[in-house]
Amino acid sequence: MNQLKLFLAGSLVALFAVSMITGCKKKSANPFPASGAVAGWEKSSETRTFEPKDLWQYIDGDSEQYIQAGVVSTSTSDYKYKGQLEAVVDVYTMGGPDGAQTILERGQTRDAKTITIGDQGLQYAQSVTFRKGTHLVRIVAYESNTETPQALEALAHGVEAGL
Amino acid sequence: MRNRREFLKEAATGALILGTQSSLGLTRAADPRTEPRSKVVIARDPSLHGPDGKLDAARVGALLDRAMATYTGHARPIDAWKRIALEAGAKDKVIGLKTNGLGGRGISTHAVLVFAIAERLQQAGVKPGNILVWDRNARDLQACGLTINTDPNQIRCYGSDVSGFEDATETWGSSHVRFSKILTRECAMVINLPILKDHSMSGLTFAMKNMYGVIERPQELHGGGCNPGIADLNAFPVIRQKIKLTIGDAMTSVYEGGPGFRPEHLWQPNALIIGQDRVAIDQIAWGLLDKKRTEMGLKTLEAAGRPPRYIATAAGSTHALGLNDAQRIKLIEV
Repeated sequence: MNQLKLFLAGSLVALFAVSMITGCKKKSANPFPASGAVAGWEKSSETRTFEPKDLWQYIDGDSEQYIQAGVVSTSTSDYKYKGQLEAVVDVYTMGGPDGAQTILERGQTRDAKTITIGDQGLQYAQSVTFRKGTHLVRIVAYESNTETPQALEALAHGVEAGL
Repeated sequence: MRNRREFLKEAATGALILGTQSSLGLTRAADPRTEPRSKVVIARDPSLHGPDGKLDAARVGALLDRAMATYTGHARPIDAWKRIALEAGAKDKVIGLKTNGLGGRGISTHAVLVFAIAERLQQAGVKPGNILVWDRNARDLQACGLTINTDPNQIRCYGSDVSGFEDATETWGSSHVRFSKILTRECAMVINLPILKDHSMSGLTFAMKNMYGVIERPQELHGGGCNPGIADLNAFPVIRQKIKLTIGDAMTSVYEGGPGFRPEHLWQPNALIIGQDRVAIDQIAWGLLDKKRTEMGLKTLEAAGRPPRYIATAAGSTHALGLNDAQRIKLIEV
């Protein structure tokens, strides 16, 4: 009986220690909204993550500019809006905010519309790009209709909330 | 027995690939003093995309037929395709269709073009099981709108992730590569189906760079703006010998921000670009891309600091892969 008490006490101490350790760790960010978390949007694929050395497998020659800008990791997932409009969300985590800013500004064109999101955001007819801290987020829709810009912006805010 | 000089000359003009009696678009000079030329056909249809922005399959088929008829001189498309299968020595052997799906959905070789080619090959007598649509992996193929299928009685579609790569590393120049077994073991000939795109490193990606999808670690050939990587890769004998025709998808393109999908820089040239000389095709494509960039107020690729230098390297005497001299490219636009 005493042995059982000792075992239970030891287990509780171990459990407490584990919970303290994990509790002290920074919560790992998951910026990808679950299905239904943003109205109309379903997460339609698993999240894939690439280290810098493997980024070419995802974006081929584009990888070089991200590596030069200090990308640490890249995650991506597909989404679907109202079962029809398909989009992809890419989250690039850079070594510092400068890297995210470099990439954001590099791709900017005259028809970009500024939107209020994160530290800086740009919107086009079929895409939203924004940076927040060390993160650069790019959301691209494969088709364009009247709902696309608004739907993309809503999804972008959903992603931002998880960063 | 041909000497090295004759070999290089024939390879440069495409004669080696299809035989010296080829009538497939190669202008063989009757007068030996006249330099050989490479033929490139650009076929366009401004109504290729419907009002919904989607490609019209019937129009794509008609455009393909017009392009092939112009290129080969055969009025009936079926004769052109028969000639391709026969001259390439691919009768009753596997013909590969190498797509490009790396850019993801929206900027990958269009499935409707693949279907049209596969249909015409079958009309020319090629068995469905002898048509193999392939790329790096399932994801790239699905990005084109294709479905994976390994049934040997049907048109097959799968990537090098299924076939694997050769164990042996081969070397040409400074490039060391391991080839997909689809290229080395399965296909007797391959029709190259790239999609025209701006490329942040090489300047552009089209006929020659699509070969990066036939090796295991293409990222190792990206240094120096992919120069000499692209030229080296295209110089390997297995590529020289098996890639016999390019049908370039320039129906949709991206003129800036490539090679990924950049809807803000999408462009619809509504064209197919056909030829055997991949150097000549890329040289022509460079001009098209620069023209569009200029129209959009962007710098040319040269001014932007990323001219596709690999084209001149490929045309040079060391690689001798084809012609980049505009005077020696017979460009036909229909």
